[in-house]
Amino acid sequence: MDRVLFGDNQFFGVNHASEEKARAQAMRFRDAESMIQVLDYAVDAKVNTFMCTTHAKVAEIAEHVRKNARRYEHFEFYPCMPYAHKYANAMAEHGPLEALRQILPQEGTISALLKGGVSLASMNIEGLAELLIDAEMKMFHGLRTPVVFLQNVVTDLLLGIGYDQAFHIFANHIRRKYKAEPGFITMNLPPLLDALERAGIENPIVCTTINKAGFRMSGGISAYENVLRTRQFRLVAMSVLASGAIPAREAIEYVCSLPNVESIVFGASSRQNIVETKRLIDELSAPDISRSEVSSCDEAQREHVTRLQRVVS
Amino acid sequence: MGIRTGLIGLGKMGISHLAIANSHPGIDVTAVCDSNPALLGILRKNTAFRCYQSPIEMIDAAGLDAVIISTPSRSHAELVRLSLKKNLHIFCEKPFCLDPSEGKALAAEAASRGRVGQVGYHFRFVGTFQKTREIVQSGCLGEIHHIRTEAHGPVVLRTRGATWRAQRSEGGGCLYDYASHAVDIVNFIYEAPYAVSGTAAQSIFSRDVDDEVYSTLHFRSGATGQLSANWSDDSHRKMSTRVTIWGSNGKAVADRQELQIYVRRPIRSYSEGWHVENITQLTKPVDYYLRGEEYTAQLDHFVRCINAHEECRSSFSTAADTDRVIQMLASDASDRSARIEAHQGEASSNTRSNFFRTLKSRVTSRG
Repeated sequence: MDRVLFGDNQFFGVNHASEEKARAQAMRFRDAESMIQVLDYAVDAKVNTFMCTTHAKVAEIAEHVRKNARRYEHFEFYPCMPYAHKYANAMAEHGPLEALRQILPQEGTISALLKGGVSLASMNIEGLAELLIDAEMKMFHGLRTPVVFLQNVVTDLLLGIGYDQAFHIFANHIRRKYKAEPGFITMNLPPLLDALERAGIENPIVCTTINKAGFRMSGGISAYENVLRTRQFRLVAMSVLASGAIPAREAIEYVCSLPNVESIVFGASSRQNIVETKRLIDELSAPDISRSEVSSCDEAQREHVTRLQRVVS
Repeated sequence: MGIRTGLIGLGKMGISHLAIANSHPGIDVTAVCDSNPALLGILRKNTAFRCYQSPIEMIDAAGLDAVIISTPSRSHAELVRLSLKKNLHIFCEKPFCLDPSEGKALAAEAASRGRVGQVGYHFRFVGTFQKTREIVQSGCLGEIHHIRTEAHGPVVLRTRGATWRAQRSEGGGCLYDYASHAVDIVNFIYEAPYAVSGTAAQSIFSRDVDDEVYSTLHFRSGATGQLSANWSDDSHRKMSTRVTIWGSNGKAVADRQELQIYVRRPIRSYSEGWHVENITQLTKPVDYYLRGEEYTAQLDHFVRCINAHEECRSSFSTAADTDRVIQMLASDASDRSARIEAHQGEASSNTRSNFFRTLKSRVTSRG
């Protein structure tokens, strides 16, 4: 993964600090064109990964990228699914099973089975989950999606009810069908790492809130710092600025000082903010050692430890 | 061992409560109950919860200390009554009871049995609204003379809708679902209004229920308020609640994210002019997060009330006050629409008789 990833909260009226700012952003980004303009600022600043929800507007952005392949030669999407409000609203309006029926693709065998009277209840969860994932991934057809994330509301719900196997189902399907790495967005990092381990997912990609203010770091900042030191996983840090609660340099300095933070995702709406944030992350990210050098050192160290363990045993 | 808890109703709120309760170290979710066999099948296969289709059976057989009720509103009173008979602590979704007198009686019953009865008005656990309550109650804003409370969001955007939320008899509609929050925030921050007037509760898309509710609130202090709730407003990404309070020494505007305070004369730590505090400063961290700190905070509070007998911040009693205001709004709205219909009837018969009078006079004048 690249060190710097571009997020999409600003495009969809998500602002954790102010409803007025969120509304102003929703007004500014009411069409895909205005989003593409900002994405282009990011591409010009050599930020080539767009970590985005599977919102209908993102489908338009994906179409634009497909049509302009040369301009977006190095561009990659990290889809984050599902776009939760679509499901939540459908569930409030129709109830859980009918919501699922509404969201599943209308054409194809499932729809035919349902029309034929087969109930959703009699189908297996794995098959259903794969169909839902495929429905969400459709918009990225023909584009590079090397990492596919499960959104935090779903990750954390599954974590809460203790349905660990669901993580395995997601990871398997993403690996097999899309030849991509599964990722998990969470607001509950320490317990999620345990659940992923129980589900047999090794060295998982996890995206979570990390900031100096300890904002939205469930269980406390020290629990997060502790797992960063002791557990093996690939971390994407989000909300590093804590919605503006911490000055940018101080915020990024903190995140860059933590071990095992592989990437940082941030969202911004102006060219100046994008350029400045990218510059700060580059400047504060161990300038003399490249990421690949760090990971090859890690690899060598792991091999060394394994050899020692063999000798000892 | 934690509080042995059963959960009834696995809809949108129920499933979220299940995840939060199951993650809480002080709670052992031992049983779940839902009328939908398909959902139970999925849970039976993939989780360790004991699953029931009948709440009576679960309350009788599961050996519980507490129950979380997140079923359609109409069933709350009956399920609470059954649970109290078994001496259980109860967390019930909002609104509490469709009949406020039933709510008051159940609050008294819970108190006499020494059981905790809490209702899921989660905005009482949002940092900005808690701070607003402190500011108002401590007199920073002086004498309060007006409060505006609003709840807007995108729930019903077309005529279809198959769930209980679209049925008045089940406790569906914007008044029960959205306006109840706006009312409860006022009750929490200031006090419950003793009367309402000029209430309009009308449909935009729904066939059987109201989609928007507006009203004037009257408080014993002489202050007035305006209520505005609309669940068919998709200019908001999700439910947005906001309260604006005017007092003799300034004003406060609070939503889930931000609290803006304007102070006329310096008081306590507030200098003259504007102050802004937002959720990043005002939110207490939680151990498990799903959809918002407040959902975990309210269940954590429930546990602390059971264990430490803390005073409940969103009790059956305060929820019954909110039920009473909801009932006043409903009856004021129907009285008002009956009056308007009567006026319209009178106006149209007046128009008819005027028409004939004019016609007659024209004919007469021609002759």
